[in-house]
Amino acid sequence: MMDFLMLDNGAACAVNAIPCVEMAEFRAALIDGVTKQNCRVSAFCALDINSEKRLLAVLLDSALKKLKLLSSKVGTAYPALTCDAPAFHWFEREIWEEHKILPEGHRWLKPIRFSAPDAEIGVTDYFTLQGEAAHEVAVGPVHAGVIEPGHFRFQCMGEDVHFLEIELGYQCRGVEKLLSGGPDVKTLHLIETAAGDSSIAAALNYCAIAETMNHVEVPPRAVALRTLALELERIANHIGDLGALAGDVAFLPTSSFCGRIRGDFLNMTAKLCGNRFGRNFVIPGGVRFDLDDAGIAELQKKVLQGEKELFHALGLMFDAPSVLDRLENTGVVTAETAREIGMVGVAARASGVALDVRRDLNCDDFIPETVRGGDVLSRALVRKKELVHSLDVVKRLLAELPSGEVQTPCPATLTASTLGIHLVEAWRGELCHLVLTDENGKIRYVKIVDPSFHNWFGLAMALRGQQISDFPICNKSFNLSYCGHDL
Amino acid sequence: MFEMLKARFFQGYRTGKFPPAAPNLPDHFCGRPQVEAHADIEAARALCPTHAWCEKAGAPAIDTGKCIFCGKCAACGVTFTREYRMAAMTREKLFADASPYTPEEQLDRGIRKMCGHSLKIRQVSAGGCAACELDFNVLNTLAWDMGRFGIQAVASPRHADAILVTGPVSRNMLLALKKTYEAMPKPCWVIASGACAVSGGIYAESPDVAGPVDKILPVDLYVPGCPPHPAVLLEALLRFIGRM
Ligand code: SF4
Ligand code: SF4
Repeated sequence: MMDFLMLDNGAACAVNAIPCVEMAEFRAALIDGVTKQNCRVSAFCALDINSEKRLLAVLLDSALKKLKLLSSKVGTAYPALTCDAPAFHWFEREIWEEHKILPEGHRWLKPIRFSAPDAEIGVTDYFTLQGEAAHEVAVGPVHAGVIEPGHFRFQCMGEDVHFLEIELGYQCRGVEKLLSGGPDVKTLHLIETAAGDSSIAAALNYCAIAETMNHVEVPPRAVALRTLALELERIANHIGDLGALAGDVAFLPTSSFCGRIRGDFLNMTAKLCGNRFGRNFVIPGGVRFDLDDAGIAELQKKVLQGEKELFHALGLMFDAPSVLDRLENTGVVTAETAREIGMVGVAARASGVALDVRRDLNCDDFIPETVRGGDVLSRALVRKKELVHSLDVVKRLLAELPSGEVQTPCPATLTASTLGIHLVEAWRGELCHLVLTDENGKIRYVKIVDPSFHNWFGLAMALRGQQISDFPICNKSFNLSYCGHDL
Repeated sequence: MFEMLKARFFQGYRTGKFPPAAPNLPDHFCGRPQVEAHADIEAARALCPTHAWCEKAGAPAIDTGKCIFCGKCAACGVTFTREYRMAAMTREKLFADASPYTPEEQLDRGIRKMCGHSLKIRQVSAGGCAACELDFNVLNTLAWDMGRFGIQAVASPRHADAILVTGPVSRNMLLALKKTYEAMPKPCWVIASGACAVSGGIYAESPDVAGPVDKILPVDLYVPGCPPHPAVLLEALLRFIGRM
């Protein structure tokens, strides 16, 4: 496969350096990459390059630790990739919805977020089940709890779910469109709020791209503080998810303890920058605030305390047979399915698929935490294991924070006619940002691929053959982002 | 059973003392801004991501309903106080100028009498980034425990006294928001929480946004922040029902 352009994570390239091949060759290379070379689809989008419409694919090759880019000119239609490599299915629906480019042969061509001005949200031809015993349950967009909006349709036979169709788009507010024309005073805030619970991860991606384009080296202390913030984000969210799972199976001690402990970790992030979600902490060139020795000592104390209480609270849950019985074998996604539909992150690792940006692109000695079951319990266990790892990272960073500055001046501009790309393993899974600039160095196009984008269909798969009453815990075990998907 | 009691003992009683004690706010907390006399308004205007600058009685002020508290204008002569009592019942009361904070005169819209001891809230998330609803949810945890004041999030709009909207109201949530409001028994109250809900925030200019909330529903309480810190929101709710 000579054609791909190989990039390191965080590298940038001139727009003209992106290889452009014939559609047949393009398709063959992508299908081969995904089905035979063990690559995964990190991004697949349509964009204007040198005033021609192109499809651009970014595959992640974990064996080479590289991102592989390839593009092809496209008209109003092309033969769909989904039929040969299902991992493209959601991307192709997105491209069709946004650019009216038809992936011929795609068997499920419906809007994924109803973003067109004339689209009527939720109005589409749903799959239905015929027959006397069949019935349909529709839930949302406004759900019973305090969560984001989405519409779920269950096709059931009695209590059993035959098929779940998920319609999203209610949170769509045009983040990518608002980003074009930047960088400006809004850019970083828009990036941070694409999915508000992953602000640190998103800011890291954008800043890495801006730093590469400006040839800015981030001081070691800032790198460490960024990692610290990223791990605190992961910890807080994993704790929240485990607590919410406990709550959903009515195991209230762990649920209430975790709710509080999650808050303690959010407050540690707030200690870094004043905001519990880490807003405005990561900036191009470094971080906005340093952490003084007293702050380090305070955090160290809080981390130790939080860790003790956390594992005590989790112990209660994972030792309770009634909880385990409810979680085990519920909502199974097999490794084969996970791989085929392109799942990432916690959910993929819980199905035994060892993929993780921390190893696949970044450092050699990182071992992704995997569990084999593919069920709700496995998704809970992966989080528990990752908590151990993240807490270790946090403790180590606090003990050995490098000295020095926390900012290198970084211009607020970007290089002209350049494509920058960076991925980070956010707490849900891989988060990818791709930035393309025009000849004046203004942002022409930003593509954000949230881990939820890869995983929503996984939730639908997990529900097949389950009791409808299993939906809440299956949903919590994925805990996907609506706003990160809808953008 | 015994194990659980032991666990309860180990984890301790951890509900915060706020209120009546002052809340624990982080060191870098940005509370209600105050525009200093020497402030460089032009420079501050230029770096503000949400065009939050406005005028109050002819003097420059920050519309805290638009402000996302990024703190950038602190370099231009704006002081971010630690004042967390920021919510207001009218939009103009959110304008922060040079004068220090004075507690807002409560407008009695009947809520104190009817819901002073029991406020049921239906939350609707409408196009934001989800952090606002996460930090509303936090008031349910035992660290904040809003239940002690009779405040509770409910599943059905039919059971709700108030609707708490977060997010700028995406075009795609407009209908669902209206329907939820219509399903509530009247009288009912509307709370807009977070910069997005109050003013559109960072998304104000998006063509995919139909809000802010007060373009669609009559808002009774505005809560600034991006997202509002749980202390800001809890104080707002308690003052709203006459418990502060
Ligand atoms: S703190 Fe508020 S007023 Fe100041 S720049 Fe940020 S958004 Fe604008
Ligand atoms: S106000 Fe800020 S935190 Fe709240 S939804 Fe909007 S962007 Fe997110």
